[in-house]
Amino acid sequence: MTGREKILGRIREALTVPAPKPGAHGHEAPHTSFNGRPVHVARGWMPPGGDTFEEQVARFRAASVELKTDFRFVGSREEVFSELARIRDTEGWKSVATHRAELPSAAAASLGLPLIHTDEGYDVDALEACDVGVSGCDVLVAQTGTVVVTNSSAGGRALSVLPPHHVVVATRDQLVRDLTAAFAQVQERYGASYPSMISFITGPSRTGDIERILVLGAHGPKKLTVLCF
Amino acid sequence: MTTHVQDFLAQARVVTRDLRHRGLIQTALRKYETARDRKKAAFGDWQSARQAAAETKWDAINHLDTYLAEFADKMEARGTKVHWAGNAADAREIILGIIKSKGARSIIKSKAMTAEEIHLNDAMEKAGYEVVESDLGEFIVQLRHEPPYHIVFPAMHLTRDDINELFQKELGSASTREPEELTMIARRALRKKYITADIGITGANFAIAETGMISITENEGNARLTAALPKTMITLVGIEKILPKLEDLALFLPMLATSGAGQTLTGYNTMYGGPRQPGECDGPEEYHVVLLDNRRTELLADPEQRDALHCIRCGACLNVCPIFKNVGGHTYGTTYSGPVGSVITPHLRGLQDWKHLSGSSSLCGACTEACPVKIDLHHHLLQNRRNAAVDEPSFFERLAYRLFAFVINRPGLYRFAKEAGRLTERLQKLIRNTPVDPARAWTATRDLPPMPEQSFKEWWEERR
Repeated sequence: MTGREKILGRIREALTVPAPKPGAHGHEAPHTSFNGRPVHVARGWMPPGGDTFEEQVARFRAASVELKTDFRFVGSREEVFSELARIRDTEGWKSVATHRAELPSAAAASLGLPLIHTDEGYDVDALEACDVGVSGCDVLVAQTGTVVVTNSSAGGRALSVLPPHHVVVATRDQLVRDLTAAFAQVQERYGASYPSMISFITGPSRTGDIERILVLGAHGPKKLTVLCF
Repeated sequence: MTTHVQDFLAQARVVTRDLRHRGLIQTALRKYETARDRKKAAFGDWQSARQAAAETKWDAINHLDTYLAEFADKMEARGTKVHWAGNAADAREIILGIIKSKGARSIIKSKAMTAEEIHLNDAMEKAGYEVVESDLGEFIVQLRHEPPYHIVFPAMHLTRDDINELFQKELGSASTREPEELTMIARRALRKKYITADIGITGANFAIAETGMISITENEGNARLTAALPKTMITLVGIEKILPKLEDLALFLPMLATSGAGQTLTGYNTMYGGPRQPGECDGPEEYHVVLLDNRRTELLADPEQRDALHCIRCGACLNVCPIFKNVGGHTYGTTYSGPVGSVITPHLRGLQDWKHLSGSSSLCGACTEACPVKIDLHHHLLQNRRNAAVDEPSFFERLAYRLFAFVINRPGLYRFAKEAGRLTERLQKLIRNTPVDPARAWTATRDLPPMPEQSFKEWWEERR
């Protein structure tokens, strides 16, 4: 018998005796899942994401302030590039990593600095030495201030965590209300051929492991900038 | 008395008298409580969300065979090798086998309680491999050769000065009192390790049946790097971590973040569904998922306590537990401490050896109230006590209850016992809390409740 059959057999044997459904101390409660309920009902229990676009931007902004994400919502693509140039000057960037997607590669190229494109193959040490990684994303989540990236939308697994500063460029139609909407979009976009990684990034890398005091940049980026137009 | 009880009592005696230690833990937990309450208040309806989480986990656990098979099939369809480990030894053997076959030397690891459970680091180090924990808290306790203090906050028992001293000694770093500086020392030390490691090992917070993915929750980005750079990735995951659908995470990720650390959402929640796929530019060439039973199926076979497998390891029950707050995490001597540890350890490691943990409870129910998936924790502690007593009845307890029953059924004898008790009480006062006091186990730390002046019967007769 294989390990699989052995364990599944043990599980089936254990489950022959039913367990009381959850509720207060074994009292019966109707069994439906979070999904089984109408979406608007289940959503109502969670932290709010905002009903209108303006509310959602305000939510994303408020979450960003708390998370110490640098969120800039601007009017046009050109303004995204000029914001990026301003950050380059204050931070003194010398090298940039990005990937071959229209918006992020155009934004990175506009900086006029040496470039690495991760999806053309890269050297880990060279990527680690870059001052900034500029990537696209799948969606922005208003409810939590989250950026959703995948291998395919953000130039692989390492680009969004290895350089000390991660810049996300996004368009306004990528902003969604909440996590439920974000998962729905990801499922719709990729169908059965998911990228091997889907990451929900909420703020720059952080730790509280020393006396519960917040420190940014534990292992991943110390700074996260979201530029959206 | 077994040694586990003696260890527990001895260690508890030390920690409860260490006011500095207790102060440190309680300050940290007060900070947690404030943040958690603020985040809970942001929910539209926390109680309904809890109920939905409990029901979703009930569905997952009570159809575990179906979901687990679906998970494994989906994972394998995209090139992941799924291994099934019946016990800790199997899991160690599987993982060491992979490491050996890859000719690996160095291993980078992100936080995994399952790895603690099977003592994976010891096994890998004994086999001659270099293993580095990458989560900051885990890195610190690894340098101290200690197990994690808490399932979510592994180094919460240490001050910045303790950590500074440790880093100076072990890493040769310059002295500093700044948490930021200390974090950067660890960051620099670990960066090199990610880049040179041959193998990355992670745990998992959830395993999604629908899509064949595991989900890892972390704040630091260390698991992201562990899953990005080494050529081979291994995930060790308990079979109970199953969730039916991907979108269930829209419920569970915020609940885990809120209950676990008082956050809206944890910094990185990442789902992995396989090794590097065609057309992808990085990620491991090989991905192995090791599914661990290790007596979880025995807990599953107990329908009364099956819901203990709903646990998402958020640590909320530890954080509110008056016992945990005062005896501390290491006193338990178990991988999983606090209320949930006291409930499951007897199932995972033997009821008679670990039944004392179910006794070290005030039964206040704070744990049950805090649990985001509504595990009936404090009732399970009572059930463990009952099961332990039924399994191996205590001779003296049985004798005492027989005697009590005998006396209370005979009014004359009862009256005599009452008078005798009053006399004994006066005599006992003379020897209270001295070595000859037979009630010393009680009187050393508590007052003996005084017998009332009058019994009810006497009071009633006086008024009639």
